[in-house]
Amino acid sequence: MAKKIATIPFTGTAEQEQELRATIDALRDDPGCLMPVMQKAQEIYGYLPIEVQTIIADELNIPLEKVFGVATFYAQFTMSPKGKYRISVCLGTACYVKGSGIVMEKLEEALGIESGEITQDGKFSLDDCRCVGACGLAPVVTVNDDVYGRLTGSLKEVQDILAKYAD
Amino acid sequence: MSDMINVKINGFAVSVPKGSTVLEAARAAGVIIPTLCYLKDINEIGACRMCVVEAQEMRGPALGPKRIVAACVYPVSEGMEVFTNSPKVLDSRRKTMQLLLSNHDMKCLSCVRSKNCELQQLAHDLGITDADVYAGSRTEYPIDDSAAHMYRDNNKCILCRRCVAACAVTQGIGVIGANERGFITNIGSQYNKGLGETSCVSCGQCITVCPTGAISEKDFTDKVFEAIADPTKHVIVQTAPSVRAGLGEMFGLPIGTNVEGKMVAALRRLGFDHVFDTNFSADLTIMEEATELIERVSNGGVLPMITSCSPGWVKFCEHYFPDMIPNLSTCKSPQQMLGAVIKTYYAQKMGWDPKDIVSVAIMPCTAKKFEIGRPDQSAAGVPDVDIALTTRELGRMIDRAGIEFNALPDEKFDDPLGIFTGGGLIFGATGGVMEAALRYAVEKLSGEKLTGDAIDFKEVRGTEAIKEATYTAGGVTVKVAVVSGLANARKLLEKVRAGEADYTFIEVMACPGGCVNGGGQPIQPASVRNFTDIRALRAKALYDADAKMELRKSQDNPMIQTLYKEFFGEPGSHKAHEILHTSYVARGVHKI
Amino acid sequence: MKTLQELTAIKEAMRAEMALRLGEVADGAKYEKHVLMCGGTGCTSSGSMKIADELEKLLKENNIDEKVFVVRTGCFGLCERGPIMIVYPEGSFYTHVKMEMIPRIVEEHLIGGKPVKEFLYDETVTEGSDEIKSLNETTFYAKQHRVALRNCGLINPENIDEYIARDGYAALNKVLTSMTPEEVIQEILDSGLRGRGGGGFPTGMKWKLARNIVPDADIKYVCCNADEGDPGAFMDRSVLEGDPHVVLEAMTIAGYAIGACQGYIYVRAEYPIAVERLRIAIKQAREAGMLGKDIFGTGFDFDIDLRLGAGAFVCGEETALMTSIEGNRGEPRPRPPFPAEKGLYQKPTILNNVETYANVPQIILKGAKWYSSMGKDNSKGTKVFALGGKIKNTGLVEVPMGTTLREIIEEIGGGIPNGKKFKAAQAGGPSGGCIPVQHYDVNVDYDSLAAIGCMIGSGGLIVLDEDNCMVDIAKFFLQFTMDESCGKCTPCRIGTKRLYEILDKITNGNGTMEDLDKLEELCQYIKANSLCGLGQTAPNPVLSTLRFFRDEYVAHIVDKKCPAGVCKSLLTFVIDKEKCIGCGMCAKQCPASAIERTDYTAPGHKLASFAIDASKCVKCGACMSQCKFKAISKQ
Ligand SMILES: Cc1cc2nc3c(=O)[nH]c(=O)nc-3n(C[C@H](O)[C@H](O)[C@H](O)COP(=O)(O)O)c2cc1C
Ligand code: SF4
Ligand code: SF4
Ligand code: SF4
Ligand code: SF4
Ligand code: SF4
Ligand code: SF4
Ligand code: SF4
Ligand code: SF4
Ligand code: FES
Ligand code: FES
Ligand code: FES
Repeated sequence: MAKKIATIPFTGTAEQEQELRATIDALRDDPGCLMPVMQKAQEIYGYLPIEVQTIIADELNIPLEKVFGVATFYAQFTMSPKGKYRISVCLGTACYVKGSGIVMEKLEEALGIESGEITQDGKFSLDDCRCVGACGLAPVVTVNDDVYGRLTGSLKEVQDILAKYAD
Repeated sequence: MSDMINVKINGFAVSVPKGSTVLEAARAAGVIIPTLCYLKDINEIGACRMCVVEAQEMRGPALGPKRIVAACVYPVSEGMEVFTNSPKVLDSRRKTMQLLLSNHDMKCLSCVRSKNCELQQLAHDLGITDADVYAGSRTEYPIDDSAAHMYRDNNKCILCRRCVAACAVTQGIGVIGANERGFITNIGSQYNKGLGETSCVSCGQCITVCPTGAISEKDFTDKVFEAIADPTKHVIVQTAPSVRAGLGEMFGLPIGTNVEGKMVAALRRLGFDHVFDTNFSADLTIMEEATELIERVSNGGVLPMITSCSPGWVKFCEHYFPDMIPNLSTCKSPQQMLGAVIKTYYAQKMGWDPKDIVSVAIMPCTAKKFEIGRPDQSAAGVPDVDIALTTRELGRMIDRAGIEFNALPDEKFDDPLGIFTGGGLIFGATGGVMEAALRYAVEKLSGEKLTGDAIDFKEVRGTEAIKEATYTAGGVTVKVAVVSGLANARKLLEKVRAGEADYTFIEVMACPGGCVNGGGQPIQPASVRNFTDIRALRAKALYDADAKMELRKSQDNPMIQTLYKEFFGEPGSHKAHEILHTSYVARGVHKI
Repeated sequence: MKTLQELTAIKEAMRAEMALRLGEVADGAKYEKHVLMCGGTGCTSSGSMKIADELEKLLKENNIDEKVFVVRTGCFGLCERGPIMIVYPEGSFYTHVKMEMIPRIVEEHLIGGKPVKEFLYDETVTEGSDEIKSLNETTFYAKQHRVALRNCGLINPENIDEYIARDGYAALNKVLTSMTPEEVIQEILDSGLRGRGGGGFPTGMKWKLARNIVPDADIKYVCCNADEGDPGAFMDRSVLEGDPHVVLEAMTIAGYAIGACQGYIYVRAEYPIAVERLRIAIKQAREAGMLGKDIFGTGFDFDIDLRLGAGAFVCGEETALMTSIEGNRGEPRPRPPFPAEKGLYQKPTILNNVETYANVPQIILKGAKWYSSMGKDNSKGTKVFALGGKIKNTGLVEVPMGTTLREIIEEIGGGIPNGKKFKAAQAGGPSGGCIPVQHYDVNVDYDSLAAIGCMIGSGGLIVLDEDNCMVDIAKFFLQFTMDESCGKCTPCRIGTKRLYEILDKITNGNGTMEDLDKLEELCQYIKANSLCGLGQTAPNPVLSTLRFFRDEYVAHIVDKKCPAGVCKSLLTFVIDKEKCIGCGMCAKQCPASAIERTDYTAPGHKLASFAIDASKCVKCGACMSQCKFKAISKQ
């Protein structure tokens, strides 16, 4: 699936930009610094809007298309902001054979969005991932830093999880 | 250890230099292996897998197993045996082709590249009888028509990335590249923006390397046919120096055939009212540009002065070196100069309203399509040039009009704007502008006539990336540099910017080798490009013609002299500045 | 630290404490007890670190924090039972540790001296006896042989001194002070160590090439592949989390051997704990002089930087990994030239897997002979596997090469849960194949698995039972490789998509027998023609399931049935009118409103039952799990 590109207006602050430029200054001598810079930029802004990619391209003196090509290549980079709560369903092999595909369906149903999307209110975003390394708990879902394992795949169960993030 | 490697190609022994690829070894053995993605030195990525062969290499004392390898990037090794034509190889290539076709817009009948498409040719050569075996879901893309000079139709793209390499490696620009990954990988620009919104310089180098119809120039031939059919219009055509060195290829003539006479004949038969030559205005450019140079040198103007006749280069400078715009000569390009002269001087002379003139330019160049729409290019209040066509479009017009090109007689350009010298003619090759300028400047500075061999400035000829020379005349020393290909230009300009070079005058051509290799020239398939220096062959056509000319220095062009006498006064006059010079726009690299 | 003496001093200082953990007699140990709390990803995910905090709090409150030392370790292996906690010197093995259990463990065990039997791993306790078995007597650990994992679950990975106490950096010292690079390479060659990243290329050979192939190379690089892209595998992660210094030490040794002075570890960004521990380890190693200039005063310089992968499986492929470190889209390059000649930044480079490196210091210290005495034929040493799927003891195990699959799954892994039958083991992830029950006794080593068209791969071992559909599994892997294809070359970019489409067609019940031939042909073509290992191995899951489970494919095509009941399009949910009591619960649950009440008038029966309208049913299975009367089944 092609990367989603958000159309919401850019709201980056001067502090964020300062931090990004400082990062670039610290890393620019390393010929392979593009990805570390992008990773840090995503940490700062939560995603990589064109404004941010342009700063990176200009500062590193490389084509903007190259930054975009890299951004669309790696799963980690996102060009649409994520929800306050980032839900991620592990579709790694260990989880898949234990039914994580069903868990995903239930979450999609409960949230009314598909994997890769964000709820209207910006609260939840849903994604899939490959193996978070907690295969012992398969199937696994993570919500920000919380891990939920040994799920059964019932609608009630995912509704209960979502209810914990009521605020 | 010998520097030659012995291999067998389909059982025939051949000895090739160490480091050769299987593709090169096969060629040495007279075997052509089909390729799609490979472009020598530029795109050696082994991606398309069309060139696969079966190879056996020595493993200790015996031959190892047969393996499928990509000939374009696989190096030969001593004792290797290669099979380029086995059933397994053919099967592999067919499947590769069928897979490519399964995600391809097979619309040959309405495709600009039909008959000159490497994919189509290969599908035919491979004997594909079923193009739909692997039919499945397809990626579908809108056609990008945002740029002034070209279309991009990803539905016909086979992701060979030759265009990407041309843009990034040859031109050092990189406004197109691979985005996404897997099945939906596609060639595009940042944030999927149209090419017109990027800092593409319109050079068209991507077009000339594309094996398919996925990228093509914007075709304006219908507009020209319409203008010709309109009795109220005076349709005047000019042809750039390089067109005569390339056009023949559209009609199967060998690369480097000079078809000037037949071209003029064809243009007349197409119905143009006057057939003029951009060579004339190239001579005019020399008068203006050399005058500007001498002026800058003697009055402490901005140096080095850099030529401005290549609109691809000019746009590049505006995007990437806006700080060096003051170094650009203010001269319009020869195309625009002739357009301006036609709509001012010639219109006046003929008693025409410039609005009734349709000025058509046949160019080796796609950037000219962009250039005609630039600001400050309307000397008579209407655009200096109305339609810029490429050599390829002219070829298609000739075909469409049913003109049997190869049977045409040789004819001459119309007077008065069809008179030219060798100086104007060699504009088409890298170093040509410089040489023509030197023919004028050295004579002017030294006050002595150049004759015989002294007319040739061979140091600035040839297809090397960067050429340098120093000349002294009349006590003035000029250090010049000639560069073609924008990646090379970038290197040179960075040196200038950093104060590491002290040139007086620099010639920059956007296209490697100059306009003879322009983005609008006939497209030669990679199988030719990889093994032939088409730039050198086409340039030779121009230099050979120059050598045979009676008039070889722009300043000797009698019509140029008349023009200054009757109209402009003298080179660099106020009037000349108003009509023949222009201004530039600092564009910057990115606009969001 | 510049000398062996200094290294030995640190080691001696730590030894007493470590002895406690090793079940050895300890003089001068500061603490009486060590509580080892697993800080691996699995256990951390189930809250082990919060439990450790709580434990430390309680120790303080009870004033025994001077006596009981809490160590946060890496993975113990038995992740299934996590969070896991071990108390030494007893070696009491607590599993499924919960917050609520801590007060009792503190009171009864750490203060009272009596392990809380009911919280202990069931295998270590015997009914009616106070005797507690040691871990090594449990089925999970008995057959394991820990070389690469020797420090995992034993040391604090965030303390370099504990690593040193376990002979850490002694191999580096030995290499730098008493061996020539050629001798190092020879030792590795003789050990028979082969790459654990999947390819199985002899490690010594790789080093030798990199040392010699470009005689006048000015710069060379040593890289570590910690991208671990196989979904469902976590061997490398566990080593990095549990024993990060071993990788640093081995890379430095490799640097010395080939003549490099810069290393890069390319580690998945999705492994935050591993990344953090590596960062700490690199910092400590630099401070200790084990990385940086003039290591051990020998004039040898070597340093290591981290690079975070950004979620692209293909970046596990060596040339793609290097392209990625250089800051590009991680697209593979054609080989030759091989990285040993032109690798990172076109300089001679070696790349080895984490587990490969984890073996190196031991080989240097104990010798090639010792190492090659383990394993089988051309597969020397041990191999770490990540057991997952339908197996009781999901977790991490390390066994000598050549151990049979049955031993690994039935004995160490505890067999298949819920009384289900073993169907196949999937090894090697998306590049690998499946091993069916008829090969249950196959020796797990490079050659034996290759002989049945499978591979060890990097060590992911997913167990499948009768509820798994093999066509669906093949499709799952194809979806993976299709998504992860870099898109550069034609066979893989378009070919895997077409393979997937054919599999999808089959699982939807629209396949034909001709599709099977087409599938097989396309698989062979993609294997032979793809540019890199991803495409070259992508068809393996299909080919191997086709080989061993052709009947399942045929069932989908001819009978339009999914024997395992997985492929939705081929399922129908039906209500057994005899069993249905008409409670209506299923109808309430059905998201598609496909269940309706029907009047049922057969004599002697209730008045109503429910029925499923197959045209509306989306096959979610909700009704089936809802019906308390087991009246609903899928067919
Ligand atoms: C698609 C693909 C993915 C790979 N992923 C990994 C990986 O995640 N980890 C790894 O160590 N090796 C991986 N490999 C193998 C590496 O390319 C390489 O062979 C290995 O890291 C070399 O180290 P070794 O010789 O120590 O095994 C992968 C190979 C391919 C083709
Ligand atoms: S690109 Fe080539 S093959 Fe494709 S439609 Fe055009 S002519 Fe036909
Ligand atoms: S080549 Fe074949 S398909 Fe194309 S126009 Fe002719 S008959 Fe039709
Ligand atoms: S026209 Fe020139 S600058 Fe524009 S995309 Fe093509 S190669 Fe690049
Ligand atoms: S546009 Fe043309 S040159 Fe570029 S990748 Fe596609 S087919 Fe190749
Ligand atoms: S070098 Fe010639 S063909 Fe190329 S952009 Fe310049 S003017 Fe056009
Ligand atoms: S085989 Fe797949 S991953 Fe490898 S280069 Fe080709 S497209 Fe990329
Ligand atoms: S839940 Fe079971 S018993 Fe109740 S109505 Fe449905 S099928 Fe009948
Ligand atoms: S399987 Fe799901 S959709 Fe079908 S009947 Fe049962 S609850 Fe309804
Ligand atoms: S497969 Fe899901 S955590 Fe590993
Ligand atoms: S792979 Fe050789 S030509 Fe494309
Ligand atoms: S993570 Fe704790 S035992 Fe594996």
